[in-house]
Amino acid sequence: MRWINWHFSKRDRLIAGGAPILLLLVIYLITATARHSANPSDKILPLPSGMAKAMTALLTTPDPLTGNLVFWADTLASLQRLGLGLGIATLFALVLGLLLGSLPPVRATLSPLVTGIAVIPPIALLPILFIALGLGETSKVVLIAIGVAPVMIRDIAAHVGSLPREQIIKAETLGANSWQIIARVALPQAMPRLIQAIRLALGPAWVFLISAEAVASDIGLGYRIFLVRRYLAMDVIIPYVAWIALLAILLDVSLAALSRRAFPWAHGATR
Amino acid sequence: MSDLGSPVLSLRNVWIEYGDKVVLEKVNLEVTEGAFLSIIGPSGAGKSSLLRLILGQEAPTRGTVLLDGAPLKAECGPDRGVVFQRYSVFPHMTVLGNVTFGLECPAAPIAARLFGTARRKAEAQATEMLEAVGLADSLHLYPAQMSGGMQQRLAIAQALIKRPRILLLDEPFGALDPGIRADMHGLITRLWRDYALTVVMVTHDIKEAFTLGTRVLALDKRRHDPHAPHRYGATAVYDLPLRGPPVPESAPVPEPVAATT
Repeated sequence: MRWINWHFSKRDRLIAGGAPILLLLVIYLITATARHSANPSDKILPLPSGMAKAMTALLTTPDPLTGNLVFWADTLASLQRLGLGLGIATLFALVLGLLLGSLPPVRATLSPLVTGIAVIPPIALLPILFIALGLGETSKVVLIAIGVAPVMIRDIAAHVGSLPREQIIKAETLGANSWQIIARVALPQAMPRLIQAIRLALGPAWVFLISAEAVASDIGLGYRIFLVRRYLAMDVIIPYVAWIALLAILLDVSLAALSRRAFPWAHGATR
Repeated sequence: MSDLGSPVLSLRNVWIEYGDKVVLEKVNLEVTEGAFLSIIGPSGAGKSSLLRLILGQEAPTRGTVLLDGAPLKAECGPDRGVVFQRYSVFPHMTVLGNVTFGLECPAAPIAARLFGTARRKAEAQATEMLEAVGLADSLHLYPAQMSGGMQQRLAIAQALIKRPRILLLDEPFGALDPGIRADMHGLITRLWRDYALTVVMVTHDIKEAFTLGTRVLALDKRRHDPHAPHRYGATAVYDLPLRGPPVPESAPVPEPVAATT
């Protein structure tokens, strides 16, 4: 049988997909144990027990300065920045994407500007944002928004622009005006694509979030990682990175589920 | 040509040119009320251009197009309904939503949808239309859940709910298999008679053109310059009247049709 036709059963897929992850974990544990037997105070590859101990402190002991439970406060701060940044980007993507995609005059007016902003590496804007908006929450949220919005806007605009011409003509022959075509034909069909765009933007959004937090912050997952780096505290860094990965996966999975639930017609709904 | 009925659509000395390329030249055409005009011709003979012209999707380079005696604006409007071969229906609306949409557009210019009593009234009207095309059992399906034949039935219902002056069909049955195509021929003939439609149909299928049409128009190039084939456009080379428009029945009763396609 050709490899391209070799499909696994659900159970086999679980085994096959889990194997490399398990293998990596086992390799890590063996290496970490070996290092610890040579040097019991090794900091580079902490054992799970060490990570658990370090994390318990962050999870349960209030910070003496602020009174917060550090881990949860970091998570909340980071998710809030991520949510605000992505939310603003999504709003822009939807509104501008729809207008750019469906109205030629708007496309002619704004498309060069959006393209121009899209090619600027967002991190290069970070100093400008810090100077203009200060080191507070605003500059971090704006960095995420500016970082992901142009790609999302262009994606939605391209998707709306490529709706079959026949559909638009049909809507016109049904008496729809431009607004009705945008609201009833373009918008609903852009929504699944918008969710897809958010899912793809999550990766870059995390990059911008961690970068902004690393450069100037006093709370947040990225801030914590870069703070404890000074003490080689891998027992905190590794659980934090794993937690970020878990959060990213959860966000992605729930967005995918939302799309399937809210827009069944876009996911090959069958009888 | 039947001289019953008045011309709904007149094309007077119409040319369509794209830059250097002449697609249609000197097309003169009068479509009378109640006619079923089939347009045939080889690929590239301007069938689709002619349809787009009548649809208002493009303007003639020269000449005039009159709808009910008034010059046609180069924009699609609700007085001309259309069914394309594909992509005619909205994939994100249910069958009922697809047809109701046509009623919502003029009634709700700002909200873009109807609510409450007005909505129920529109949906009842749409349901009646869907019954006429045999989709009464499929009101809440999405187009992706239906066969190609059912999707074309939906597209026809969607166009007819607007009671257009002219129904334009662009190879509407081209993608269907032969059995279903025969069903659809029966359907469109019945609707044409019951709703006293004026139909312009573009087709590749010559048999279909002669079976359905009251008149067949063949487009082709009269002249051909081998060194500059694009400089001569196509025009009507044959214009065959086959039969008069149907005698309107005293009480058109939509007969029940099988819902399965």
